Amino acid sequence: MSTTIAPDANRTRTATASDRTRAENSLARKLVAPAIVLMLLVTAFPMLRALYLSLFDYSLTAPDDREFVGFANYMTALTDSLFWRDTANTVMIMVVTVIFELVIGFAFAMVMHKVIFARGVIRTSILIPYGIITVVSGFAWQFAFSNSNGFVNGWLPFLSDDFNWFGEYPSSMIAIMVSEIWKTTPFMSLLLLAGLAQVSDDMLEAAKVDGATWWQRLWKVILPNMRAAIMVAVLFRALDAYRIFDNIFVMTAGANGTESISFLTYRQVIEQFQLGIGSALSVLLFLSVLLVAYLIVKLFRVDLASARQEG
Amino acid sequence: MRTWLNRLGMGAGFALILGWCLLPVFWIVSMSFKSQEAVTNGSPGFFPSEGGGAGWQNYIDVLQNEQFARAIINSIGISLIATVLSVTFATFTAYAVARLEFKGKKFVLTTALVIAMFPVVSLVGPLFDMWRTLGIYDTWLGLIIPYMSFTLPLAIWTLSAFFREIPWEMEQAAQVDGATAWQAFRRVIVPLAAPGVFTAAILTFFFAWNDFVFGISLTSTESARPIPAALSFFVGADPFNRPASLLAAGAVVATVPIVVLVLVFQRKIVAGLTAGAVKG
Repeated sequence: MSTTIAPDANRTRTATASDRTRAENSLARKLVAPAIVLMLLVTAFPMLRALYLSLFDYSLTAPDDREFVGFANYMTALTDSLFWRDTANTVMIMVVTVIFELVIGFAFAMVMHKVIFARGVIRTSILIPYGIITVVSGFAWQFAFSNSNGFVNGWLPFLSDDFNWFGEYPSSMIAIMVSEIWKTTPFMSLLLLAGLAQVSDDMLEAAKVDGATWWQRLWKVILPNMRAAIMVAVLFRALDAYRIFDNIFVMTAGANGTESISFLTYRQVIEQFQLGIGSALSVLLFLSVLLVAYLIVKLFRVDLASARQEG
Repeated sequence: MRTWLNRLGMGAGFALILGWCLLPVFWIVSMSFKSQEAVTNGSPGFFPSEGGGAGWQNYIDVLQNEQFARAIINSIGISLIATVLSVTFATFTAYAVARLEFKGKKFVLTTALVIAMFPVVSLVGPLFDMWRTLGIYDTWLGLIIPYMSFTLPLAIWTLSAFFREIPWEMEQAAQVDGATAWQAFRRVIVPLAAPGVFTAAILTFFFAWNDFVFGISLTSTESARPIPAALSFFVGADPFNRPASLLAAGAVVATVPIVVLVLVFQRKIVAGLTAGAVKG
């Protein structure tokens, strides 16, 4: 990932300062080491191992028959329509949920920003979906959409009572995305609320005096001024949505072609013990997340310094 | 007229937010009071039907279920240990990031950022393999380690944002006034830093409590399986007809700790979440 930080230009080095710098450096290294080692131990090392295993035909059901096959696993995955179907599902879920979350989350943030009464009540209720286990959210919505025990069919006038949401692809995808959007919109709205708080009231007042309509103020003053907050929120949520797994596992288990790329990888490794092809899928999943991150950062010119929390 | 309209709009927005956030929660609570026979025969509607209510029976059944009780203990134990360790290491790191000038600061922050976005499922295969070799597959330790690694970024961000706001000169000021170094740290810095550490701990706990991918892949028995995984594998007597209302009761029980934390600490949680995302 490219960085957008200018190097520390104003650091002048004198003899005494360099002693201090050295001491600070060594203390900092000791403080930082445990966290860095832990983070890399569970990510970088297994990822390298996946890279290695992906070059073998390796199944845990027959571990002794491990055989070097080069890039054959990648070829298998990339020429399989299943891989592309699941990638398309994942991208679709990512795009649709992030757009909905952004719009609804922004509306929520506006209300929270303006509302003067009962702030505690709003804050508490908005945090509940954030805190709820995704699996529980998946169950709640699965039951809600169920045609034998749910309430959704009864509440929607244009649907017959026995419509089976989980019987076909489009309605299953809608159910999955509803659960995903419900759970994560509050988080989005909190991030946007923090961004909204940084838009100066003076500027809004000035725009109002100059005769700008509400719509113009929104697009010309508010949104440009909270760009950084919006972009960081989009980046985080999009990459989180790209990993979607829990909701699909609980709600459809991949039935009717609703599988995501994470689910496919999980199925190969844990259910079918195909470590070779599973590792190849792991590497592809990792690369596709990198690609998505790169595209978002480049397309929307996200300021990574603010995402990284550099002060 | 305008203010009246404005107020009406705000009231509507307020009601909409509450409905959005709480309706599914009420729904799963309502579901948990439907009797199992009613659910098997089909009982559509938001509330339990006439004669289809179960009272507290589902809750009694769930709490007496040994697998479920075991999963609660696993979840609490694993999440707490992971939280304490992760926040401790994150405190060291955040102190260095917020207060010291050192080479590699950017590396630390970039690593944290990349790991926060890491597709966890891609690690499941290699970890599954490694943990079995090391003999920590299906143990508490086997889950604590990945939970720590994946909660560290969040804890580091939250804490460094908090630590940047602390007026560290007060430590020296206290020493000038005659306090020892330890006293200055204990009486001045600890009270200032504690809220941040506490917030990071709550967010870390949420994350560990919520995890599903590691929970289902790195455990195989009830000896380490946490609640989300246990809920998803809970089939009941008839595998083709999941006991929905019993599951709902289990889901409510698993949600109670989170709701209590939110109710008590909502202000701190919001501060922590937004500190981690927008430049402070």
